[in-house]
Amino acid sequence: MTSQLHEASQPLLEVRGATVNIDGRDILRDVNFSINHGEFTGLIGSNGAGKTTLFRVILGLQRQVTGSVLVHGEPITRANRSIGYVPQKVLFDPDLPIRARDLVALGADGHRYGLSRRPRALHAAVDEMLDAVDAGSFADRRVGGLSGGEQQRVLVAHALISRPELLLLDEPLANLDPGSVEEIIALLHRVSQRQRVAILLSAHEMNPLLPVMDRVVYVANGHVASGTTDEVVRPSVLSALYGHHVDVLRVHGRVLVVATALPVGPAPSDQHPEFVVE
Amino acid sequence: MFASFMTNAWLSGTVVALLAGAVGFFVVVRGASFAAHAIPNGAFAGAAGAYLVGMNPLVGLVSFALLSALGIGVTSRRVRNDVATALSLVAMLALGAAFLSASLIYEPTINALLFGEILGVSSAQLWPVLVLGALSVLALGWLYRPLVYTSVAPELARARGVNATLVDVLFLAVVALATALTVPVVGALLTFSLMIGPPAAARVLVARPGLAIALSVALSVLTVWVSIAASYTFNLPIGFFVGVLGASLYLAARVFARRRVSDSVTYRA
Ligand SMILES: Nc1ncnc2c1ncn2[C@@H]1O[C@H](COP(=O)(O)OP(=O)(O)OP(=O)(O)O)[C@@H](O)[C@H]1O
Ligand SMILES: [Mg+2]
Repeated sequence: MTSQLHEASQPLLEVRGATVNIDGRDILRDVNFSINHGEFTGLIGSNGAGKTTLFRVILGLQRQVTGSVLVHGEPITRANRSIGYVPQKVLFDPDLPIRARDLVALGADGHRYGLSRRPRALHAAVDEMLDAVDAGSFADRRVGGLSGGEQQRVLVAHALISRPELLLLDEPLANLDPGSVEEIIALLHRVSQRQRVAILLSAHEMNPLLPVMDRVVYVANGHVASGTTDEVVRPSVLSALYGHHVDVLRVHGRVLVVATALPVGPAPSDQHPEFVVE
Repeated sequence: MFASFMTNAWLSGTVVALLAGAVGFFVVVRGASFAAHAIPNGAFAGAAGAYLVGMNPLVGLVSFALLSALGIGVTSRRVRNDVATALSLVAMLALGAAFLSASLIYEPTINALLFGEILGVSSAQLWPVLVLGALSVLALGWLYRPLVYTSVAPELARARGVNATLVDVLFLAVVALATALTVPVVGALLTFSLMIGPPAAARVLVARPGLAIALSVALSVLTVWVSIAASYTFNLPIGFFVGVLGASLYLAARVFARRRVSDSVTYRA
């Protein structure tokens, strides 16, 4: 059910046969996909599909996982500098004496033990990253006091400062108004092109991503289908993924994934799209 | 109050204040106040136990403080952090009560352990206090960045390869050392207030981490100096003044910060 383009060059990231089993339940089963340099990939799936789990697998943080994750053909290690991460939710206490720029700097040297003066080049890099995400105007405010969208930008700057080749963004568009969604997507697209960083971005909704997305990784029922949007978002591929028939409608440049009929027989599992998956 | 027998009081008080101000900053930022309340009670039980078997109380203070920190660290991997801390707290209180009733400690000694005593560190113990104090500060400096990182956003730190569990255990050990040194001066019940009051005030006043630590240390030293002088003058336990000053500092900082915010809002309007 996985359709993949076979590229001559080595992919940046390759996930091979990854299975995550927690307490006897397969959260993800035999997941295979790869990401190439500089590509924008959407990771699409509904609540509980396993998107965050997949990110943790890629970061080497997930336990009870089998299979392999390769970066540049090498098995991943923790503390992989070539992967930047923006988690789904980060709670900051408003009283925390940490400014946006302090958080970004921690992305560069927060893992180092010992006291040493921060080099001037680091301060310059912090300013550069904050500017790249249009966060310069609130760089000196406490992170905990920033709005959700502002924090999102600061977190992207924090992830970019270690100059990763791959940026993982876990639902960065949730809790944003439609205008901000477009703005952040345009910003990420710009950053990915200027800094040559590949992006894997998770979302429930693929429509806002259609203009920028090179490839899609679609998660449902613990399985994954990946490829270009045209390869994956098809009735045959998605029906196989969901385990029952779905239709794909294209209206006004939008894609709607619709369950044709409720499956008969045993009660539908909660993974089945009842109506519209979008 | 500057008589020669008071030299130790000023010296050890200052060391303790420097340490509590710096360690306390991370206690507050990490939300570990409850642990900072539980560990001194462990130290208290240790001191009582040391009296019981006729050992140097500092040995009892340090070993039991470390033991409660370790207890919290290990149990909190199984149960919720506050539950783990509470378990350690009650276990140590019970031990302390048992040790106290078994030994025939002189009542003023118990009072001093609970509420502090300006002559709490004798000349024989000044050196160990200085050495352990310096050790704690060095450890804190070495841990500084991963400690800030795991305090602010543990998930991000882990993704960047920081061993957050190790950092946490090492930090609790530093809290334990700092506590063991602070208890004889400030008292087991109010060590907690020295570790919370000044840093909590500092963190609402300034937004930069380095500056907030410096301010926390300065406020803590000021608190201890004023408390020593007041305790000497009014012949009341030093812990009383440390507690009152710590809470007042925090309230004053809150009011000040709120006024500053409302001022800036008025300006903008
Ligand atoms: N540590 C865990 N223990 C038990 N179950 C877990 C654990 N972590 C994840 N799961 C389960 O794995 C499934 C996938 O979770 P995950 O958080 O990856 O979903 P998601 O796609 O990110 O969802 P959302 O869109 O809501 O963020 C869920 O059913 C969840 O309950
Ligand atoms: Mg998720």
